[in-house]
Amino acid sequence: MLARLLLGLLLMVSAAAAIAAELPQLPKARGEACIDSPATMRRDHPDMLKHQRDDTLRLGIRGAKASLKECVSCHSTQAADGHAVPVNDPGQFCQSCHAYAAVKPDCFECHATTPKAPMKEAAR
Amino acid sequence: MTDLSRRQVILASGAILIATPAAARQAGQPATSSQRWGLLIDTAKCGAECTICVDACKAEMGLGGHDRPRTDAQYIRKVNVRDPASGAAHSVPVMCQHCAKPACVDVCPTGASMKRADGIVLVDRHICIGCRYCMMACPYKARSFAHEEQTGQQPHLPRGKGTVEGCTLCVHRIDEGKMPACVEACASRAKGAMLFGDLNDQSSEIAQRVAREATTRIRADLGLEPAVRYQGI
Repeated sequence: MLARLLLGLLLMVSAAAAIAAELPQLPKARGEACIDSPATMRRDHPDMLKHQRDDTLRLGIRGAKASLKECVSCHSTQAADGHAVPVNDPGQFCQSCHAYAAVKPDCFECHATTPKAPMKEAAR
Repeated sequence: MTDLSRRQVILASGAILIATPAAARQAGQPATSSQRWGLLIDTAKCGAECTICVDACKAEMGLGGHDRPRTDAQYIRKVNVRDPASGAAHSVPVMCQHCAKPACVDVCPTGASMKRADGIVLVDRHICIGCRYCMMACPYKARSFAHEEQTGQQPHLPRGKGTVEGCTLCVHRIDEGKMPACVEACASRAKGAMLFGDLNDQSSEIAQRVAREATTRIRADLGLEPAVRYQGI
């Protein structure tokens, strides 16, 4: 009995260790501090963004606390050649955590994944 | 500096060709119906070959193309018209007319086509299902459909596959107190054929010119009351 219990405990510990080893590795944010505590951000950022998106688009309220544009500009990284790396590239801030949680964010099918860069005007 | 003294400064300078829009709203304030943004386009100043407004729009909005003009996204296009009887030819920039009674909003089954309080007609692509009823309803052919997956979007203009899009009157710039990109480009690099402003503000140049001079709205017979007016056609 005791042996079986010990075996179970050992299995649990090793499983926990395995999970801990695979925790997502996130690039460090550029800014000083996020708009709320990490625990709140992890849990509530979809709701924050959903609330803000309707206010901005439908009512024209700008400058809200939560903003996908700010997420991207703070959490995107730069490659060695100076180009911005999209936040939904593998291993980047948004993608690494969403891959870990098996959640696919739709945001970046439409929203910019890098901060604003001047675009050259075509046909001039 | 208060609004009044700012206006006095602008008036005193005397050389301002295009009135700057009213100061940007305070952050956190919604758009209100006290404003009605509109455009006045003088076709006498619009050259047939000039595409500066179209190019500026594409750059501002990050519109790439696939070299397929019939289906590529276009928020503003140049339409060259000619009267067969007299031979009179005009080149007219046509974009979303930001109607007071938009047909696209009437037919949208999901509420994605919407009119903001200040008269700007937008597509909420969070709930657009891509049915394209609005494209069929619009008499101005002002809307486009994103057929392909999009990349390289500008942060201020999300756009993606399977949704309808159209001229936003550069709402992101208006909310900052700036002018639409096409108007700015036309004023700085072309002949300044476009005038942007608040049609409700009687002291604005656009409202005064609309009150003083003869202007037309294209397909005015439809009664949609567009916010875009033309002169010279």
